[in-house]
Amino acid sequence: MVTIHMLWNRSKKFASCLFNDMSTTKDVVLLSENTVVILFEQNISLDIAREVSRYQAAIEQVLSDFIIDMVPSYASIHITFNLRKVRSGDFNHSLKTLFSEIDDRQVEQIEKRLIEIPIYYGDDVGFDLTSVAEKAGLTSQQVINIHAGRIYDVYAMGFAPGFAFLGSVDERIATPRKQSPRKHIPAGSLGIANQQTAIYPSDSPGGWQIIGKTPINLVDYSAKEPTVIKSNCQIKFIPISKQTFIEMGGEI
Amino acid sequence: MALEIINPGFLTLLQDYGRYGLQKFGITHGGPMDEHAYLWGNRLLGNDFNAVQLEICLGGFAARFHKSTMVALCGANAQVSLNNQKINMWQTHCVEPGDEIRVDAFSSGLYAYLAIKQGFNVGVQLNSVATVMREKLGGLHQDGQKLVNKENIDYRQHVNEYRGVAEFKTVVPARFLPSYQDEVILRFIPNRSESGCSDQTINDFVNQSFEVSADINRMGYRLQGDAMSSEKKGIISQGISVGTIQLPPAGQPIILMKDRQTVGGYPQLGCLVYQDIGLLSQCRPGAKVTFQAVGLSEVEQEFIAYLQFFGVKL
Repeated sequence: MVTIHMLWNRSKKFASCLFNDMSTTKDVVLLSENTVVILFEQNISLDIAREVSRYQAAIEQVLSDFIIDMVPSYASIHITFNLRKVRSGDFNHSLKTLFSEIDDRQVEQIEKRLIEIPIYYGDDVGFDLTSVAEKAGLTSQQVINIHAGRIYDVYAMGFAPGFAFLGSVDERIATPRKQSPRKHIPAGSLGIANQQTAIYPSDSPGGWQIIGKTPINLVDYSAKEPTVIKSNCQIKFIPISKQTFIEMGGEI
Repeated sequence: MALEIINPGFLTLLQDYGRYGLQKFGITHGGPMDEHAYLWGNRLLGNDFNAVQLEICLGGFAARFHKSTMVALCGANAQVSLNNQKINMWQTHCVEPGDEIRVDAFSSGLYAYLAIKQGFNVGVQLNSVATVMREKLGGLHQDGQKLVNKENIDYRQHVNEYRGVAEFKTVVPARFLPSYQDEVILRFIPNRSESGCSDQTINDFVNQSFEVSADINRMGYRLQGDAMSSEKKGIISQGISVGTIQLPPAGQPIILMKDRQTVGGYPQLGCLVYQDIGLLSQCRPGAKVTFQAVGLSEVEQEFIAYLQFFGVKL
């Protein structure tokens, strides 16, 4: 049986070739019997997102034998580990040891792909467009111009198949989540939650402020790549009219 | 024909243990709400832990068997009959071609599991049969749909070699039988980290009792109690474990279940002890729930023993 110590010793040689010796403390939270979450600095920034990618790659390289699921996000990595192979104390220890060998100053260059997504920004599909505008002291049209006026990076995937968290939203329109989540948000809806923005690829409950809708399908399980948006993409939203939205297959 | 659906019931879904390894694409685990009842059914029949079963919510289910096999029903206390004769749950039964099974009203609990020898023979989607309606994944037609009338679910014939002479039944020992109560105490591991809650909030949480609201489903169970306030309105979205207890700003906790979204942005009070997730799943609206904080070291061995006992291999 391969123990975590045997695997660690084999990989340490590899790891130390790539990384210089540098102490880094990341908070590892033991959430449950077989899950942990690694917390980075709790902010949304491209630097932190890159650090998350780097850690994710290192963990996959060294500890994948013990991992059932891994969910990287803006400033965290959630891991479900195999409790039949390793206990939480030992797994935590291996993570900490790995972190102490990662060099903070190495920054990867990530190549990004630009995707344009059509959005109909209307009151009839953007249920919260008016209230977001009111809270910001702006008109709905100003909110639309600000939102569509920048290129967004994909910071995380999750929440639902094909759901990509994009950032960062202009602070003038960055609005907190709703007090209580809505029980039903239609597929294609575009939302804001603070500095994050995203499209719900399928019907689901959710707490984001909904300001528009896309007519295109973001998920296809039978396609070669099941999701349109992937973690190496950048997104530009293109405002379209209600007419165009319907012509492209959009539903009100 | 194999299993012919005569009445699909309120909500009957095909389930195996779940869809693992795909959370990074936003694809949830899915799988049986009361995992303990599901695993017992497979164990009784000598099945692989992952064998496909029917998850029957609230009953109203009827079906006809067209091939010999063995079945077992575990979970909520249901009125189960085979050819109009009452049969016991938590044990195996032989069935012959033409036999009809009915799963009627539940006197307690919400989910009952119909396990069959060798499991139902259904095509996988992304490596699993688990039906997740929200994701349109899994199920009989790989579209995330619930079962409807007149559908046929395939299974392999299994002949009782002692037919006509004797029927050997495998039965769950009484000491393992759960009792699904109207009042439960759920154990949880508190979360006091940056994405968790303060000692004060966690104290408020354990010092009151809650009612299970009518707003419950395979994604999450909303509870009703005295509203609690959290210092944070939200956290930066992060991956969430099954059994996570979220505290949205409105102050009423939500416990995330098998079909939960893979990441969430509400502060976390903690995470239910794994076994207690199945216990909660069987609580009906109106059931009274209180929480007890425990340490990881107290419950880790229990979960390991559970995985080993049922032969769970991921």
